Amino acid sequence: MTSQPVHFYQVGSFAVGNRLLADDQRTVQSNPNRANSIDSGHRACQGCGEALGARYALDAAMRSCDGQIVAVNATGCLEVFSTPYPETSWRIPWLHSLFGNAPAVATGVAAALRVKGRDDVRVVGQAGDGGTVDIGFGCLSGMFERNDDVLFICYDNEGYMNTGVQRSAATPPAARTATTDVVGPEPGNVFGQGKDLPRLAMAHDIPYVATATVADLHDLERKVERAMAMRGARYLHVLVPCPLGWGSASNETILLARLAQETGLFPVFEAEDGVVTNATLIRRRVPVQDYLARQRRYAHLFGSHPRPDVVERIQAMADRNIERYGLLDASDQQVSV
Amino acid sequence: MEIPFAITLDVGTSRSNHTGSWRVERPVYVDRMPPCNDACPAGENIQGWLYHAESGNYRRAWEKLVEENPMPAIMGRICFHPCETACNRVQVDEAVGINAVERFLGDLAIEKRWSLPIPGSDTGKRVLVVGAGPAGLSASYHLRRLGHQVKLVDSASQLGGMMRYGIPAYRLPRAVLDAEIARIVAQGIEVELNHVVHDVERERVEGKFDAVFLAVGAQLGKRVNIPAGDSSRVIDAVTFLHQVADDDPPLLGRRVVVYGGGDTAFDAARTARRLGATDAVIVYRRNRERMGASGEELEQALGEGVTVRWLSTVNRFEGEKMVLEKMALNAEGFPESTGEFEELGADALVLALGQDTDLSLLDKAPGVNIANGVVSVEQSMMAAPNGIFAGGDAVPAERTATVAVGHGKRAAHGIDDFVMGREPGVKDRHGLATFDRLNTWYYADAPRQNRPELERIRRQSTFDEVIGGLDEDNALFEARRCLSCGNCFECDNCFGVCPDNAVRKLGIGERYEFDYDFCKGCGICVTECPCGAIEMVPEKI
Repeated sequence: MTSQPVHFYQVGSFAVGNRLLADDQRTVQSNPNRANSIDSGHRACQGCGEALGARYALDAAMRSCDGQIVAVNATGCLEVFSTPYPETSWRIPWLHSLFGNAPAVATGVAAALRVKGRDDVRVVGQAGDGGTVDIGFGCLSGMFERNDDVLFICYDNEGYMNTGVQRSAATPPAARTATTDVVGPEPGNVFGQGKDLPRLAMAHDIPYVATATVADLHDLERKVERAMAMRGARYLHVLVPCPLGWGSASNETILLARLAQETGLFPVFEAEDGVVTNATLIRRRVPVQDYLARQRRYAHLFGSHPRPDVVERIQAMADRNIERYGLLDASDQQVSV
Repeated sequence: MEIPFAITLDVGTSRSNHTGSWRVERPVYVDRMPPCNDACPAGENIQGWLYHAESGNYRRAWEKLVEENPMPAIMGRICFHPCETACNRVQVDEAVGINAVERFLGDLAIEKRWSLPIPGSDTGKRVLVVGAGPAGLSASYHLRRLGHQVKLVDSASQLGGMMRYGIPAYRLPRAVLDAEIARIVAQGIEVELNHVVHDVERERVEGKFDAVFLAVGAQLGKRVNIPAGDSSRVIDAVTFLHQVADDDPPLLGRRVVVYGGGDTAFDAARTARRLGATDAVIVYRRNRERMGASGEELEQALGEGVTVRWLSTVNRFEGEKMVLEKMALNAEGFPESTGEFEELGADALVLALGQDTDLSLLDKAPGVNIANGVVSVEQSMMAAPNGIFAGGDAVPAERTATVAVGHGKRAAHGIDDFVMGREPGVKDRHGLATFDRLNTWYYADAPRQNRPELERIRRQSTFDEVIGGLDEDNALFEARRCLSCGNCFECDNCFGVCPDNAVRKLGIGERYEFDYDFCKGCGICVTECPCGAIEMVPEKI
């Protein structure tokens, strides 16, 4: 389900904006006066999904609370490429902490603001998947469990990309990383449960948990706005493709995020108080192969020694997501995959 | 500035780091030729006028439309819209109903009495236009826009040519025809009706014209030698339709056979039905796939009770009995005799076997080359170096009103170059905006709005218009289905998807520009542009 009915036909609710739409129907990003929370000149790679996702999310948060935001940032790509001393790309109050303690620092900032009686200033914590799923998870779980008034955003690019593309607990099965080489009978990352952080967050019964991608801007902005309208611990998990770590073309960042969603590999949904309330339906379903074959980290599944058995297992993961979250409109004709 | 302990540098913005230096390719905004514009024989900027219709600015849309074609209400009815066949939206759901929107704009302009643009300032040059059909009217209009004086002559008693004397009123109501012609004539065109030009060269010299445009059409119905009894009524379709248009229809009886498979054959059969024929039978020697008429015309005719005998020829016509011979297509697709005959009761035979052009007015014109019954012309429509130009059905081309309108425009520009002593200009055409350049994800699914068809029972007995128009809601919806192929429509995608904030938005109607200081050349904007209006070009190193 999209945030607005499709009442506009040349471009439905899918494009960033349009000259024919009323201002309130356009995205924050279509506004020339958007906050540009992370500014030009940052040193992210060409086509970086994380730089894009951070600007999307923070600009939306800035709009929903009149620019009264403090952002806390764990170590990771986002921190490294935005603040090589003495430069900074941040146009918002921004704190850098350690790799593992960003949720705890965010908790502290929120507590300090509470003490000062500044309930107009809101706190956003942010980290990559390494800082969230692996290293920062203890602090994050505590932040959830205490229901601290922080929106924590994970920009998930499925690995430690800044340090040279090592595996994280969010790296998908079969993907090649520097630490999951393409050798042996089970090349690439292991098949397993991984760490499905949105579901772990839901298990804390916090007020709001949502997933989003950089491919659906309207959906992402609506979720940030929804989260900022609430108090307590909130969690947003944004899929941000990484051309470097995924071995994809720099122009296909948004395309890959879209395919991740349209295959069912990355379910886009939201949950309140531990219960899923809404899932974004797949609009044009595609087989996982269309997604995988565009990324060099999966190159060993295709080519001269293809592994259709592995592709099939990944397809089964997508199918399970589709079933779990009800990602297909029952009335739609389904593409056979 | 007070610098903290152990700090030696000021904090500064990352804007001092010009990441544009990383780039090896740069994105640039382009305009591509939309397939509709590419296919339009009249050279309309369809995407251009739909752009204004999308915002509900119908006046501006109409003004954009009539820059190329002064007869949108007519074209919105009789054009066979090759634009819709070419439309990229066919590959998403259905073609945009361009023809219906054109008609909506044309009708609105007539209703609101919008006037055509003011003619250009007087050049002092005089042009004679022979024939007031679509080509002649179009040429006259464009010549006036270019500031030339125009004298328009026609042998008939009214203007319009085949649009009046060939196309029945149920397809083109006379009020619409009259309104659009009157608007063109009001541009300051001198008109002389009932004037037959016998010698074009003499009229050119005596009238001191700087150039002549011949748009005499193809008025002579082709005849074939069919053995027919003395009492048999045989008439050619052009004459038949002309007489109906003059309100003097011939008596054909109740069983009418029309011989031929083009649009004229269907017009004749449908007209015969309306005049009271119980049986209107089209006899055509090929099959349905190879007929000349449009599929729409066939469907409408069948819906009105016209029947078709495919793969048949008329062998002879004896009083009330017509003998048909069955045909078969050979390997090359040509019809061949089978020797099998059948009889058909018939009161009249209408021959719709194509038309010829009467070019006797060119007999004394020097330098004109006539081949296969039509005038050879250059790209500029010039037929002879002394300033004779020709277009419409009189030159080798597809014979439709829209093609004729395009000829008129091209000839007007050719004449302009000629009388002003310029070399004919060659226009650059943008590359085609092909479907694979679009990112259709961003277009919502929207079904086409079809125009209401007049109920069949009324169509069989009256000359009321068969196809209705769109109302404003539908027209707006239809216009907004345009994908704007190859031309920016300001969706803000490039502005939104740039990870480096390297796109500047310049305001409504002003589009965007790249900030090459920071653009890293990732190409996301190109991939995510819905209409393919950005491309990557290598940097010069």
